[in-house]
Amino acid sequence: MSSGHLRPPLPGDRVSRRKTEPIVGMPVPRKEGRDKVTGRAQYIDDITLPGMLYGATVRSTVARGKIKKVTFAPNFPWQEFVIVSARDIPGANCVALIADDQPCLADGAVNHPEEPILLLAHANPHVLPKAIAAIAIEYQRLPAIFTMEESELGEEIIWGRDNTFKTYTIEKGDVDSLWAKADFVVKGEYTTGAQEQLYIENNGMIASFDRQCGITVWGSMQCPYYVHKALMKLFHLAEDKVRVVQTETGGAFGGKEEYPSMIACHAALLAMKSGKPVKIVYDRSEDMAATTKRHPSRTRHRTAVTREGKILGGEIEFVVDGGAYTTLSPVVLSRGTIHAAGPYFWPNIRIRARAVATNTPPHGAFRGFGAPQSLFAMERHMDRIAGTIGVSPVEIRRRNFLKPGQTTATEQTIHESIDLDKLLDRALALSKYDVRKRRFQQENQNSTRKKGIGLATFLHGAGFTGSGERSLSSLVGVEGRIDGKVRVLVSSTEFGQGTKTVLCQIAAEVLGLPYDSVEIAEADTEQVPNSGPTVASRTVMIVGKLVQSAALGIRQTLLASNDLRDSYSPAEFKAACAQYIAEHGDLKSFSRYEPPPNIFWDDEKYRGEAYAAYAWAIYIAEVTVDLTTYAASVDDFVALQEVGKVLHPVLARGQIVGGVAQGIGFALYEKVSWRDGRMQNAQMTNYIMPTSADLPLIRVYFEELGNQHGAFGAKGIGELPIDGPAPAVVNAVADALGMQFDSIPLLAEGIFEAVTSRSKKEEDARVLGVVR
Amino acid sequence: MRTPAGLCEISLTVNGKKKTVRTHAMERLLDVLRHHLGLTGAKEGCGEGECGSCSVLMNGQVVTSCLVPALQAQDATITTIEGLEADSQLHPLQRTFLECGGAQCGICTPGLIMAAVHLLNSHSRPTLEEIKEALAGNLCRCTGYTQICEAVAQAARDDHGK
Ligand code: FES
Ligand code: FES
Repeated sequence: MSSGHLRPPLPGDRVSRRKTEPIVGMPVPRKEGRDKVTGRAQYIDDITLPGMLYGATVRSTVARGKIKKVTFAPNFPWQEFVIVSARDIPGANCVALIADDQPCLADGAVNHPEEPILLLAHANPHVLPKAIAAIAIEYQRLPAIFTMEESELGEEIIWGRDNTFKTYTIEKGDVDSLWAKADFVVKGEYTTGAQEQLYIENNGMIASFDRQCGITVWGSMQCPYYVHKALMKLFHLAEDKVRVVQTETGGAFGGKEEYPSMIACHAALLAMKSGKPVKIVYDRSEDMAATTKRHPSRTRHRTAVTREGKILGGEIEFVVDGGAYTTLSPVVLSRGTIHAAGPYFWPNIRIRARAVATNTPPHGAFRGFGAPQSLFAMERHMDRIAGTIGVSPVEIRRRNFLKPGQTTATEQTIHESIDLDKLLDRALALSKYDVRKRRFQQENQNSTRKKGIGLATFLHGAGFTGSGERSLSSLVGVEGRIDGKVRVLVSSTEFGQGTKTVLCQIAAEVLGLPYDSVEIAEADTEQVPNSGPTVASRTVMIVGKLVQSAALGIRQTLLASNDLRDSYSPAEFKAACAQYIAEHGDLKSFSRYEPPPNIFWDDEKYRGEAYAAYAWAIYIAEVTVDLTTYAASVDDFVALQEVGKVLHPVLARGQIVGGVAQGIGFALYEKVSWRDGRMQNAQMTNYIMPTSADLPLIRVYFEELGNQHGAFGAKGIGELPIDGPAPAVVNAVADALGMQFDSIPLLAEGIFEAVTSRSKKEEDARVLGVVR
Repeated sequence: MRTPAGLCEISLTVNGKKKTVRTHAMERLLDVLRHHLGLTGAKEGCGEGECGSCSVLMNGQVVTSCLVPALQAQDATITTIEGLEADSQLHPLQRTFLECGGAQCGICTPGLIMAAVHLLNSHSRPTLEEIKEALAGNLCRCTGYTQICEAVAQAARDDHGK
């Protein structure tokens, strides 16, 4: 029997326990750490099932067109292959997610390069490339569009009525009357490029099919229940006929939020047709070219400011390129829209946002989920405002920081006791900002190595946006076992962040048991309830809180049944579990998400409590731009943040450093080259991410204010660190060279062009004798 | 050595044990380890020598095994991540990677640890710059390298503390 425990713990609940060392806040060993350092951890490509076939995908070579004819080369042993087309799909031909507009296999038409058309399987993986090459597909090409501007122009409609997946408008106060009152109106346009997640483990799945039991899929993924939902729809199967199991996952960063559903569907179709297990593991170039990347974006700011540097208000227009199908673009856009105003107080603001369609592979989730894009613009724009009115980048921020009691753009009142001024003071001291800024200004004059320092101040909302958590309605379980061990039952996945470790710490702390007594169930839809997707920095705050309350339920159940006294040893706990299980069958406690009281969110107007809590941060970057190579590199990086209680110092620091490194890559290294909607540099040799030699040791500091919403006062942490590095670094480059840069990635060629065109202008001016 | 079926027979020593495998001429050392010997610790992140996740030691040198033709491994001595533990005791680098947070998702970890083993074999007290240089052929997307560098430095210090 399960004892449903649906009440969140109240402050008065006594958790009296043995006197033990605290577990939360301590650097306990990662649950799966030993397997990882010994090479024993089994990732999907390490697993082979008996009789298994290998699958491959035949993809579109054109951006948009009708499929006229498919020709299989003669004299090829096609009888050895399993071949699947859209006609083999038993249910709906879509990858179920939000709008269900993305087909699992193209049926008659394609809308982007690399769109899957056919699937092949064979016992020998080495023959698959030859087979793909022996299939010729003829297309009737249709005009395609590749940029946001072409999409907005609307001359060619490739999606819906107007190429628009989603729009949002946030309106606060009265923006239209501001412009006349302002001392300055500052405008800017900022763009960010696509970014590949570049997890080191490529995507992969193994599927097996059995007429009786249905489908089982194992693989690399973030969201087992997303995959589960997609398979049910594609195969038209009942819930209990689909089982999804996450295997050890070698990095994800959002890149394994949605596309794994596609691959799982493909592997399962081949498994169904062949009657054998089928493995599909992408190679690096297929993974880079065909799967999702961070949405390219364009943000326009127009801001009314007083002479003293107070923001009166402004307009922000935020546009993201969604690619060919809806996928997650509406929600990425949502987060980007809400974060577009940064950690500042805007008495008046209008934000208009839209996600538009182009004939490129759909862009998708990547750590930060829209916020790194709109915050890059906001933080570059703050420096532009500072420069325009003649105050320092530090001062302009101080004068506009949000304070407790004030409201955000969505009119959410800040109740947290955040003091951004103080946070900024600490970051400035840690980075020796003033001293260095002065020193660089002096030293730069006679050097070809220009140094600069830049900052970014920002926030990141934890959990799903607005009403998102309410509709997810996550469920978490904790189980007491006969051997006195405790198991946490969640579908939340581990892919490097430390999910397993932190959730076990929480349960151990609540139950007063040693960390080793708590383990976490495999993320297998047959064994664990749907605790929601592992995205949106929601695991520690939302799922962690549910684990806390479910664990408390176990304790209360044992207390209520008189099997346990108020204070107990692990041995007594074990005896109590055994006693309870003998009497009642099993000992499980479940906890379902309940929205905090007084939370108001209006999905229509986009107004209200966008997030239950925010993490806050000040990042400061120091760079050198070498005017012989025009390359910029980061010499020092201070990352100071307030993330509530830090549950595990080593893991938390790892999240920050890793996010900062990706953010530096986003700013200075990682450029996707496009041609006709296809990534041209889909290899690690020509898509460059930072190596150990490119990065300084990242300096990480925490401020812990606590938070009433998360487990033990924790807030989300995973995404925050990727929001700030790009603007901090680009602000530093701008500081080093005394010029504006508004687009990332900012590679050496971009700096070269800007510097040489400036020198040319200066030279022209000198020659013409223009007085400047 | 050629065998009738177009396969080659290769003898090599892996983690101290003599092995003989029959492989296709086109196969790579990485395939020999993963598919023929079941040593899946070395990973394939790119297959073109860029990511380092397939790194192993071959005759004492660190190599990206995805670029080593199987034939070249004839008579070679190979050490993989699976060969580092002694009497189920972790190698000092395995321990410090665990303690310092050097492994997050873990997919790059076997390769990075092998590269670090090689570094510490040749430089017992590396500077930070030497550590960064030595690991620059191994990509890690999770950690940003800071805690990996600390793990390597810690292992070097522990070794000297003995
Ligand atoms: S797989 Fe060998 S270097 Fe990437
Ligand atoms: S720990 Fe994930 S790639 Fe290094």
